[in-house]
Amino acid sequence: MPVIMRKYWATAAFMLFLLCVWEIVVKLGIVPEYILPAPSSIIKSIIDTSALLWEHSLQTVREVVLGFLLAVALGIVLAVFMGIFPLVKQALYPLVVISQTIPIMAVAPLFIIWFGYGILPKLLVVTLVCFFPITVSLVEGFAAVDQDIIKLLQAMGASRRQILEKVSFPGALPSFFAGLKIAVTYSVMGAVIGEWLGASQGLGVYMTRSMNSFQTAQVFGSIVVITVLSLAFFGLVNLVARIVMPWYYQK
Amino acid sequence: MLEIHNLTKTYYLNTKTAERTDEGAMPETPTVLPTLDDISLQVKRGEFVSILGPSGCGKTTLFNLISGLEKPDRGAILLEGKDITGERGHVSYMLQKDLLFPWRTILENCILGMEIQGIPRKKAREKARTLLAEFNLAAYEDRYPHVLSGGMRQRAAFLRTMLANKEILLLDEPFGALDAYTKSEMHEWLMSIWSKYHPTILFITHDIEEALFLSDRIYVLSACPAKVKYSLTVALPRPRKRHVLVSEEFIQLKKLLLQILFE
Repeated sequence: MPVIMRKYWATAAFMLFLLCVWEIVVKLGIVPEYILPAPSSIIKSIIDTSALLWEHSLQTVREVVLGFLLAVALGIVLAVFMGIFPLVKQALYPLVVISQTIPIMAVAPLFIIWFGYGILPKLLVVTLVCFFPITVSLVEGFAAVDQDIIKLLQAMGASRRQILEKVSFPGALPSFFAGLKIAVTYSVMGAVIGEWLGASQGLGVYMTRSMNSFQTAQVFGSIVVITVLSLAFFGLVNLVARIVMPWYYQK
Repeated sequence: MLEIHNLTKTYYLNTKTAERTDEGAMPETPTVLPTLDDISLQVKRGEFVSILGPSGCGKTTLFNLISGLEKPDRGAILLEGKDITGERGHVSYMLQKDLLFPWRTILENCILGMEIQGIPRKKAREKARTLLAEFNLAAYEDRYPHVLSGGMRQRAAFLRTMLANKEILLLDEPFGALDAYTKSEMHEWLMSIWSKYHPTILFITHDIEEALFLSDRIYVLSACPAKVKYSLTVALPRPRKRHVLVSEEFIQLKKLLLQILFE
């Protein structure tokens, strides 16, 4: 992957440098291992507990994928209604914004009271975190479509449906994908927060258990997995964007 | 034939005076913008007619009325004797901005009009391909618009306009953003296409030379509110080549138009 290397070699080199400093500081005994484990210990713990980590990760991935898809569906439906009916936009847009000012940490326990300890409350946390950037970016995308293009189609006698399908949707795609990228980076975090508050499986559970038993290296291990997962989801969205909008990336 | 009878259009801005006065606030004077005043003109089938006038004199309003995007206060628009005032779908138009969809290839852009009419995409593509070759755009049919030069984009936009299969093509300063050299190339190119297919064209411009070089007839509009000030038949022989621009007749006509425009 020469392109990736060319793009990220500086970041990789700097990270490697930081990791070396970190390793040396811990190995010299300046910071005790139970407070800050050395990178080598973190790697070792990831390898040692890989079976367990895998199992917990799968649960988290399931929650992220389902919650994210739900958020995409909800975001599209909301944005389309807001795009077609100005009154709906006027009524709902402030509410969509308000929904984001509610602290997740306060709502998540309520979801657990209402929906139990199953997967549903975690999905809802992921959805609540993700639908906002998706909805807003799509609404903005619809609004930013060139009005002259719409007038041209109207003059040619196009129906509202044709205008929506041939102009509004493709025109809003770049903005929509920008929103998806923001949403997907929050999604894993949302699932982990949901799990913290009450679950039997998932990276959030693994993390709290490791923390309670002072397995600091395992806490770091789960952080690494969460980061890798988030990057993987981000990469996936990016890949889909490139497939769906080749014209956008050729510029 | 397109006939326009006594079109009049006035815009009103800030018309909230009535409610405001009850509350003791200063009454706002509504801004009245008479834009078109009793415009009548005709374009025969296969004719190339230009509307020449100063910028901001309501030419674009006239286009919006003909294309049915807006309704006139008074007057009627007839196409082949049928009243089409306020109806959409009879014309296709082209602006200075090419309005090509960045997410569609050149070929897909060109079939837009046929697609809207419900013509199967395969058939539409075939039809567009033959013309793309003639427009020297065949090599770009699968490319996206952003790789094309300004002149090529306007050619593609014109092809899309033509392929929309409408009775009238409205061209609103289509070459206004091009450099002088490309613009004069586009004029000769447009003439060659027009003399082959004879589409009915109504062309808006504020460029006297452009209007004279291209048109069969020219209507000169006045500044706001626009009235038809003068109409002129351009008797220059066709096909016209670039050297006609410096011929005695051409310069005489140009003098006349300059005088009318700036009187």
